[in-house]
Formats: sequence, structure tokens, C-alpha cells
Amino acid sequence: MASDAAAELLDADILFRRAGFELRARFMLRAPWTVLFGPSGAGKTTLLRVIAGLAAAERGRLTLHGRVLTDTAKGIAVAPGTGAAQRRIGFVTQQAALFPHLTARANVAFGLTSLAPSARQARVAEMLRLFGAEALAERRPAALSGGERQRVALARAVAPEPELLLLDEPFAALDVTARVAMIEALRTSGVQVLYVSHDLADAWQTNANAIVLESGQVVAQGEARVVLADYRSQLLAQLGASTPSR
Amino acid sequence: MDWQALLLTLRLAAITTSLLLIAAIPLAFWIVFTRSRLRALVEAITTLPLLLPPTVLGFYLLVLLGPRTALGRAWIHLTGHPLAFSFVGLVVGSAIYSLPFAVQPIAAGFSAVDTALIEQARLLGAGRWRMLGELLLPLSLRSVITAAVLCFTHTVGEFGVVLMIGGDIPGSTRTLSISIFDQVQDFNYAAANRTALGLVVVSFTALAALYLLRGERAISVSTGVHRGE
Repeated sequence: MASDAAAELLDADILFRRAGFELRARFMLRAPWTVLFGPSGAGKTTLLRVIAGLAAAERGRLTLHGRVLTDTAKGIAVAPGTGAAQRRIGFVTQQAALFPHLTARANVAFGLTSLAPSARQARVAEMLRLFGAEALAERRPAALSGGERQRVALARAVAPEPELLLLDEPFAALDVTARVAMIEALRTSGVQVLYVSHDLADAWQTNANAIVLESGQVVAQGEARVVLADYRSQLLAQLGASTPSR
Repeated sequence: MDWQALLLTLRLAAITTSLLLIAAIPLAFWIVFTRSRLRALVEAITTLPLLLPPTVLGFYLLVLLGPRTALGRAWIHLTGHPLAFSFVGLVVGSAIYSLPFAVQPIAAGFSAVDTALIEQARLLGAGRWRMLGELLLPLSLRSVITAAVLCFTHTVGEFGVVLMIGGDIPGSTRTLSISIFDQVQDFNYAAANRTALGLVVVSFTALAALYLLRGERAISVSTGVHRGE
């Protein structure tokens, strides 16, 4: 059983309640990419916030690679952060949330204080290159476009090598080419991703696992192609094809 | 112009402002981010000098700093002279009197920082001090400057507290506003006019510098930096 637990990237069993909304989520992530689907108001963002440690679960347990991050029964709540004793989870949302007074380079370096200056510079350069943001390095966020900001935000989140990266529709405002480029960069970085999307094509493209959340409950999880069979017609519509009649 | 009073007033305002910024920045940080139940109490205490008549505040400070209290006796034991009717006593009184003018703008500035930025800083491992030094202070610089100018000008112009705690000792506790009071008492309106004009110039210069700084900063933030042309 211990080896099973270690094989799971994330094992979550949490209850979160606030202002009449209740989230009861029991699921495991085993794949490097997992897409979280669900209608608006299903609790996707709340779930990511609880996993990130930005919102506190009322009850439950959450482990990442066998490391306990939350265990309400034992009073464990590991704080967000990049240190060995911290949560080591990155989170990028639609709002890039870059620090406006810092350049793109300084933004990416923000989470790398544990590295020696030379190693930090090398890591920042590597991340800017990976996300195609080298030319943006000395600009501040006010001088970047929406897509450029998202590239820098992804580079900043991936730079400290998080054990899990949470993405809450960070590519919603990007065109298809930019979106594919970002997904490719994330794949190259090797970071493991839990990704909220309304776009079923993303799940197909990334060969991901999928979790479907409805009204605060996980209603399905597993390989995306199987789990999302019910959404097939929607996918075909997105790809511009007509739905075959059966 | 009473140059001795002017220099003493500027010295008092500079020291008070510096001390208040040192105290108000961590205090405002605590007020904005704490979940403690003591928050309301601390906020009320820091705001109280704003509402109290200066003579009331001055009277209680005079009693508190005098030889009848343990604090006053301890000070006399340590320094050999009472805190009341001294320049140091004046600094203590001014700092307490101007405390809300330091804490409130800075707390408002910290509160206005986007929560998403604070959460990102936490996710990237920033502890409290780094959050304060590298995120909140740079993004609230206008509020800090506002607090500094308000404290400075408020201290320059205060009268009631200064008179109650410091009295009217030339070179030690006689500030510009007390000097004006003395000159009026002596029917020396010409001298009072010159001194009052000095106060107006000091206050106007400080406020003009504040608005200039705030304006320049607003322009630099809105345009961003180096578009890489």
C-alpha cells in the first residue's frame, strides 16, 4: 500500500465549506497532466486554492508524493512556499499577477532566493528562454501584452521547480498557436500539472487524465479519452466538425 | 523670525517622523494582516489621538510622564531629569499625537495591494519580512510618503500637546507655534506674522513636494519601463 501511495502524485480527500458552497473532493492524480473539467461554479478554482494552501480545508487530508500537506485531524497545514518544508506548489491563473514594480527577469527570480546568485541567474535565463520571454526580460509588466505576461507568469511559477503546478485557465486569452507553445514549454519543463480548462481539445492534445467536478463533487476521473466520452459532441463542435449521428 | 524655534521645530518634526515610520510600518502590517481579536483594540488605540482634544492628550501624557507614575520615576532614575518639559518628552508626545497620521495611510496602502500579488509572493516562498520589504513597501510607497509628510507637517503645526508636555522653554521646548503664541501675547504682531509665515512656507513646501512625488510616481507606474524600443 505504501508503494501505491508513493506512486500517486496527489491524493486528496477534502471538505471545504464557505458561504453556502460545499466542496467534497476525493481524487488521486497519477498522470503528469490532469485536466480538471466542470461547469462554472462547480468549485474548480476553490479546489485549486485548497490544494495550493491559499484556502483552508475544513476537514480532510492531502498528500503530494506521499508528503502530507494537509491533515486536519492532526492539525497539519503546510504553508505555501518553495522551501523544502513548504508546500512547493505553483499556481498560475488567468490573472498573471506579476509584481508590477519588478522587471520580468526579477519576477522570475523572485522564488529563487535559495539559489546562489550565479545559479539563480542561470535558472532565470533558462526559464525565460523556455517560455520565449528572453526579449521581455528587462520590461515591467505594464509594458507587456496579456500573452507576454502569461509567459512570464509561467516562467516564474516553474522556475522554483514546484512538485505540482496548478493552472486555472491561464491560456484563456491566448490564441491557439500561443496556447500550444505554452503547453509544449510546460511539457519540456517536466513539471506535473493540474489544469483547469473548458477546452476539451486541451485534454486530447496533452493526452491527459481528467477529473470532472460538478456542484462541488468529483463525478468522474481517469483517462481523459474515457472520462470525457460524454463530452465528445462538444469536442467535435470545438474542432469544427459535425457530430456524427449514431 | 524666531530661528531657534524654527530649528527646534524642524528637528522635532524630523525625529518624530522618523520614529513614527519605524513604528508605523510594522504596526500597519500587523493591523492589515493579523487575524487576532486584538486588532480592533489596537486600531482603536492608534486612532484615538485623532479624536482627543490635544489638551486632553497633553494632560494625560504630562501625568504619565511625570514623577507620580512608575514610568516617569523610572525615566528620572535612568536619566536624572524628568521626561516632561524636555525635548525627549516633546518627541514622545508628538509621536503619540501623530501616530494615526502615520499608521492609517500606510495601512490603507497595504490594504490596497492586490491580494493576487500577495498570494503569489506566498506561493513563491516570501515570508513576512520579505513580503513587507520587497512587495508591500515598494507598492505602497506613495502611502508611506503621504504618512511621512502628514506626520512632519502635523508635528510642525502642533500646539496643545507641545504646550502641555513641554511648556515654553527657549531652545528646549519652544516650537514655532508656541513662539507665535508668545509673540501675540506680547502684542508683537509683526514678529508673529513673520513666524506664522515661516510655518506656512514649511507646510506648503512639504505638501507641494508630496504632490510632486506622488504625481511623478503615478506617471512612472502607469507607463511602465523600457518597452525595449
